[in-house]
Amino acid sequence: MKYVLAVLVENKPGVLVRVAGLFARRGFNIESLAVGKTVDPAISRMTIEVEADEKTLEQVVKQLNKLINILRISNLTHEPSVNRELVMIKVKANATNRAEIQQIVETFRAKIVDVSLHSVIIEITGNEEKLEAILLLLSHYGILETVRTGKIALLRGSKVIKNGEVKENDKDVL
Amino acid sequence: MVIEALKKENVDVIFGYPGGAVLNLYDQLYDADIRHIMTRHEQAAVHAADGYARATGRPGVVFATSGPGATNLVTGIATAYMDSVPLVLITGQVSSPLIGTDAFQEADIFGITLPITKHNYLVTELADLPRIMKEAFYLAASGRCGPVLIDLPKDIQQAEGEFRYPKTVQIPGYNPTYDGHLGQINRAIKALARAKKPVLYAGGGVVSSGAHELLLELAERTETPVTTTLMGLSAFPGCHPLSLGMLGMHGTYWANIAVNEADLLIAIGARFDDRVTGKINRFAQGAKIVHIDIDPAEIGKNIRVDVPIVGDVKRVLTELLKKTEAKQHPEWLARIEELKNCAPLVYCQEPEGELLPQFVIESIYRETKGEAVITTEVGQHQMWTAQYYKFKNLRSLASSGGLGTMGYGFPASLGAQLGRPEEIVFCIAGDGSFQMNSQELATAVNYNIPVKVAIINNQYLGMVRQWQQIFFRRRYSSVALEKGPDFVKLAEAYGAVGLRAEKAAEVAVVIRQAMAIPGPVVLDFRVRAEENVFPMVPPNCPTCEMIRGDEE
Ligand SMILES: Cc1ncc(C[n+]2csc(CCOP(=O)(O)OP(=O)(O)O)c2C)c(N)n1
Ligand SMILES: [Mg+2]
Repeated sequence: MKYVLAVLVENKPGVLVRVAGLFARRGFNIESLAVGKTVDPAISRMTIEVEADEKTLEQVVKQLNKLINILRISNLTHEPSVNRELVMIKVKANATNRAEIQQIVETFRAKIVDVSLHSVIIEITGNEEKLEAILLLLSHYGILETVRTGKIALLRGSKVIKNGEVKENDKDVL
Repeated sequence: MVIEALKKENVDVIFGYPGGAVLNLYDQLYDADIRHIMTRHEQAAVHAADGYARATGRPGVVFATSGPGATNLVTGIATAYMDSVPLVLITGQVSSPLIGTDAFQEADIFGITLPITKHNYLVTELADLPRIMKEAFYLAASGRCGPVLIDLPKDIQQAEGEFRYPKTVQIPGYNPTYDGHLGQINRAIKALARAKKPVLYAGGGVVSSGAHELLLELAERTETPVTTTLMGLSAFPGCHPLSLGMLGMHGTYWANIAVNEADLLIAIGARFDDRVTGKINRFAQGAKIVHIDIDPAEIGKNIRVDVPIVGDVKRVLTELLKKTEAKQHPEWLARIEELKNCAPLVYCQEPEGELLPQFVIESIYRETKGEAVITTEVGQHQMWTAQYYKFKNLRSLASSGGLGTMGYGFPASLGAQLGRPEEIVFCIAGDGSFQMNSQELATAVNYNIPVKVAIINNQYLGMVRQWQQIFFRRRYSSVALEKGPDFVKLAEAYGAVGLRAEKAAEVAVVIRQAMAIPGPVVLDFRVRAEENVFPMVPPNCPTCEMIRGDEE
């Protein structure tokens, strides 16, 4: 199954290589990986989506924990959380079907961010089902190119990740 | 700055090899009072530092230049990583502005060693250097030990700055668990009290944690037999009545059968490697499994564990012994005695017949009274050493277990000897392996490091030949070594002493002679070519299905 891990790492050179290399050499599958700074610029947060069985996931987490630059790992899979991914889709479009595409875009609350004679670029944010649905629809017009950010996830409510555990919010949030 | 940090870490010897990117470091060494041993190959420098670390428990330190100097370290680093040996390696790197330009002798050693170091650093600011040095020593020798590499660009070596060595380290992402969970420890105590057929399975973790006395205490108090891995051999006295010897592919018959029949297996600082378990789902099937290890990732990695205990072996055993009660297992021990008698380790040395490798190794054991520090190369001779040399003292064996690196043993013996100058150090080598780093005879002679290299000369890459014999119908493909060299002459060419024995009666004589010589000696033991190591568990077979001899 797919698991979502939130990983806090020291923002140091080579950290991404360490994580990616570890997955590659131990034969773990990364479905997606997104990285960015946190409020504390010395710390970055990775959201890693892993395809694994339970035992493999346990190894993933344990092996990641051994990396010195990794601070905390939390498994958000079974926590109530908001999962999002941003996708940009370049679709074939011309004067005759542009309006039709526009309608799909509106229904999905997506946005057209670029228009040219023969194509449009659509930007959409959402969870997996929503993204798959629009991609399927748009494939009828011909998808030229897509780019995805990878999934990011945040716990719902005032819960935060602290010391690798999910806790009610108090002051210092990362 | 590097040298000052090394002094703060009480480093007494560095193994290394100079070059363009470490000229500054070597210039500082020139009048520093730290000993530097220049090996003849960087790989040998790492193995020597590794041998030093295994023999003393203190981290080994290595210097090498950028590019080829650094890449020559790789095998040695991987060897140390697989066996959790503490090393701090400092490589020169091209100047910071040149990094990434394919400059002369530039190699991305940071990238290359990512998967084979516990951690590594590329220094980008001089100000970071003291902290990084401090962290490197701390990381290498704490928790589950391992090699740590610092890549140091030339401009940073040249830069001057104030040296303030930190007193403490703060590494937020690194907090090894040392104390075992009390609840789990209590479960282990109960399991031990209930068990009728318990076995202790000890690995290298017992050695690195220095828990050999506690292991002995636990074994004796609960009358529990102990089997060890190759890495754990020096953790339990080989001639103790409760010793089962080594288990696994070339383990003793009785150790493997005992594990197979056990109702409780307590793994201590061991990692259920495939060479130990054979077919994993048939390993210790009837046993409840307690696993004590400092590395949580080892627990449950290869095998299901009933009682997991993450912690330092020494602390966990101390806690465990507080409440463990004395117990007897007369029936279980009788069963083991029966197993021992039904398939003992034997060989038959005819006085005038071909010399047998097992006899040579047993003779080294007898002549050194089991008190020597032994290093081995990799192959049949390594397995015979594990079977026939009964180790007595902690840290008396250095052998490449996890990586199985030919060429490890001889340079490692140099490091071990430097770390333990008062003791007799033997390297038990194969004729193939020795040639992978035989240039180090120059180092041994140069610094008069009095190691004794016993070459078990079977004129073959024996271990590979054995597999070809058994699994490939004797199609001996690229394993013959009969064209020499003459190891006695080779030793002499370097200025060392070379001795040879071809008959049983000569063996003890040359061993004694060698021990009396205050410098390096190479012993060429001309042994039977096609002798095999038995018992043997064929790969991927359950360990209870052993081939016990040639006739089978
Ligand atoms: C660097 C390296 N290359 C290849 C091997 C594969 N290998 C394992 S044992 C062995 C033969 C070793 O021969 P020798 O040193 O003569 O020891 P023997 O088995 O004859 O005692 C070989 C080639 C290895 N372990 N290490
Ligand atoms: Mg040989």
